[in-house]
Amino acid sequence: MNEPENEEPLLWVRGLCVQHPGAPKTMAVRHVSFTLATGEILGIVGESGSGKTQLMLSLLGLNERGAQVTGSARFRGEELIGMHESRLRALRGERLAMIFQDPMTALNPYLRIGTQLTEVLAAHRRMRGSAARRRAQELLEAVHINEPRHRLQQFPHELSGGMRQRVMIAMALLCEPQVLLADEPTTALDVTVQAQILALLRELRERLGTAIVLVTHDFGVVAETADRVLVMQHGQVIEEAGVQELFDAPREPYTAELLRATRAFELTAEDVLP
Amino acid sequence: MNGGLWQRLRAHRAGMTSLIVLALIVIGAIVVPMISPYDYYTPYWTQIDQPPSLTSGHLLGTDDLGRDLLVRIMWGCRISLLVGILASLVSLAIGVVWGTLAGYLGGWTDSIMMRVVDVLYSLPFIPFVIVLTVLFGRDLVLIFVAIGAVSWLDIARIVRGQTLSLKTREFIQAARVAGLGTSAIVRRHLIPNLLGIVMIYLTLTIPTVILFEAFLSFLGLGAQAPLTSLGVLIADGASQMQSFPVLLIAPAFLLALIVYCLNFLGDALRDVLDPRRGGS
Amino acid sequence: MSVLLQARNLVVSFDARGEGLFAPPVELQALQGVSLEMDAGQSVGVVGESGSGKSTLARTLLQLLPLTSGEVILQGENLAALSPQALRQMRRQVQMIFQDPSASLDPRMRVEHIVGEPLRVFEPQLDRAERRWRVLAMLARVDLSAQHLARFPHELSGGQAQRVAIARALIAGPKLLVCDEVLSALDVTLRAQVLELLNGLRVEQNLALLFIAHDLAAVRRACERALVLNLGRVMEAAPIDLLFRQPRHPYTRALLESAPIADPRRARARKTATLRGEPASPFDPPSGCVFRNRCPFAIERCALEVPVLRELAGSRVACHRAEEI
Repeated sequence: MNEPENEEPLLWVRGLCVQHPGAPKTMAVRHVSFTLATGEILGIVGESGSGKTQLMLSLLGLNERGAQVTGSARFRGEELIGMHESRLRALRGERLAMIFQDPMTALNPYLRIGTQLTEVLAAHRRMRGSAARRRAQELLEAVHINEPRHRLQQFPHELSGGMRQRVMIAMALLCEPQVLLADEPTTALDVTVQAQILALLRELRERLGTAIVLVTHDFGVVAETADRVLVMQHGQVIEEAGVQELFDAPREPYTAELLRATRAFELTAEDVLP
Repeated sequence: MNGGLWQRLRAHRAGMTSLIVLALIVIGAIVVPMISPYDYYTPYWTQIDQPPSLTSGHLLGTDDLGRDLLVRIMWGCRISLLVGILASLVSLAIGVVWGTLAGYLGGWTDSIMMRVVDVLYSLPFIPFVIVLTVLFGRDLVLIFVAIGAVSWLDIARIVRGQTLSLKTREFIQAARVAGLGTSAIVRRHLIPNLLGIVMIYLTLTIPTVILFEAFLSFLGLGAQAPLTSLGVLIADGASQMQSFPVLLIAPAFLLALIVYCLNFLGDALRDVLDPRRGGS
Repeated sequence: MSVLLQARNLVVSFDARGEGLFAPPVELQALQGVSLEMDAGQSVGVVGESGSGKSTLARTLLQLLPLTSGEVILQGENLAALSPQALRQMRRQVQMIFQDPSASLDPRMRVEHIVGEPLRVFEPQLDRAERRWRVLAMLARVDLSAQHLARFPHELSGGQAQRVAIARALIAGPKLLVCDEVLSALDVTLRAQVLELLNGLRVEQNLALLFIAHDLAAVRRACERALVLNLGRVMEAAPIDLLFRQPRHPYTRALLESAPIADPRRARARKTATLRGEPASPFDPPSGCVFRNRCPFAIERCALEVPVLRELAGSRVACHRAEEI
């Protein structure tokens, strides 16, 4: 990327901790540090309960009520932890966007796709009417939804699972965010659709330069998509490495164990078709 | 049910206070008429409308027939609680069975059962009770039946809705795979999982029924003299409220206290039974 | 080996609600002539995307759903011809474990009663002590112990909950265990353990395993052979190694090409042959071959003629152009 040389990385996280009121003895996230550069895809891998989702939510100030978030997370030099709610709300969706595992529950079933997309534009860009509709249609085209004009009129239940996730991605990209936080975006999808969505994420990074944090339990997804990987266990980052490096020579025994287990249940290098 | 439930209820201050107050009221309703030298029905023409006093032994005074007010209130309390609890249990039994069966069986059975509920819903209740009392005389048991026969409709609807969502859960399918028949699934899996919402609803129904009985008594359709209920006492007290306000205030205060406590207890149970809220 | 199960030409259709308030019901063909044969102690995979009919197939074998046509023969008995009592006893032969183990356990029951429940139905003559003894023995078999007897499902970890579900499924001694997306829901480190456990039980009790999955790779280590389903039809059926080495159907190929590869270099090197378009709707399946709208090899004939399942060098495949691929 030919961005001007910046002192600060796009996202800079140091010593981030999340503690839940219900479980005072264990921390959901413990002293996590990482950086994210413009246009980078960072994979965060861990099993259930490793704290990866809580980490994502804390960046947007979306943890459940009463959760204590400490440490530091700076987005282009601006501190996110403890930021005033109104400023945070402006950043969310505008500069930092998030997509979730289940697009059906994240979309309002009673509103047309077009309405939900233009609402975001009205809130963040004060863009209304035909301009907003044009922009929404553009975005649906960008995520390769066929007949975008027709889709704007449809309700979420009329779309397939893959198409709903594309709509979610389109909605996240409406305001051209610099960071896209994706929490298990393909877990609920079929493999053929998953491959399409992952290809779309890579393409968007190339075309728009959006940095992506991809949270997943699946090393296969990471291998397909990420540039750099954090491995999480019990709320801590236990290993950080470039993706090739991690797969070639994991330093931590836990990472090696995960990789071995993954290789037993996913395609490996030998399986590539002639 | 698990022991954690009781511990969580004990930790819930409002719920626990309500429970203790209710227990005291129930004990009072049972014990006071037993140990008091007075009964609730014999008129004492010499002691009409005595003010509350310690020396006379009438702690709350007497009514216009010279009967001890405290004893009458406690008797009224017995009747009101009895009506409330019995009618609620009757409506609960019918409503839970009806609602689970309709929800679980689904299809035509469900449609027919719920249309029956709709039809009963549309019956105007007061004329219905008046017709009943005209036909069968003014009988307290009849009041139970009438109230129970109408208030199960709400429970049936709530339980049916709950069953519809439980039915799609995997553990119900797992029970079918394990070979259980319909009645075993309803008994062993559906009803235990409905208990939470049903208990909450019970605590909300009892005060409704008590108030309703009071209303019927106020109209002269409830408990018949000399037997009394909180509603009757309030109606009687209202007629003398300017000269002897205690006749109105005392039973009204007790009724309000019972209703409040039951409502608080219902809220507490909702908190305690919901695993996401409980514990704290 | 003896034949345990023969399912022939299974057809299941539902009346689904049409779109819109007053639309007439639409017939949904969930299975359109699927056949499956299993020997005792064999493990078979059924793979397909959502809407492929794989769960319908499982629920049909478990008699949770009625067949529209076709027949299921279990241990030589045609299920349709059995009396209700005999059918009930047959139920005992086929059990199931579910994708989400904690959702498949009644949250208000203790482990002892969950695992013992099938015994109450199939062996009502047992008294409490005998039942408890059987439950304990079964728990030991899935590497749980007496200390788990009094637990509630929410007090179990995901792996433990799946073990309890397995114990419940196997306590009455079934001959066939249907595993519905069991492996994919577990953390990878637990998958190997659970698979090892199931395989041990398979050998020990001559138990047949039917794995339902949306991903071929997920059942690769678990099965001897697999069926690939799409929109209620069998696309391809073959020994699992052959499916990976030489997929004959373009749909099988597409599934393999879409599956993530746990190797970054290979993953990025392969040509991104992701499928075009969306999966066809089961409410409005295409004419002819159900895969043709996404198939890169589709020709005119595919729209006109439904391809039949035929033998081809050790595989069975339903594609007009299988030889050329």
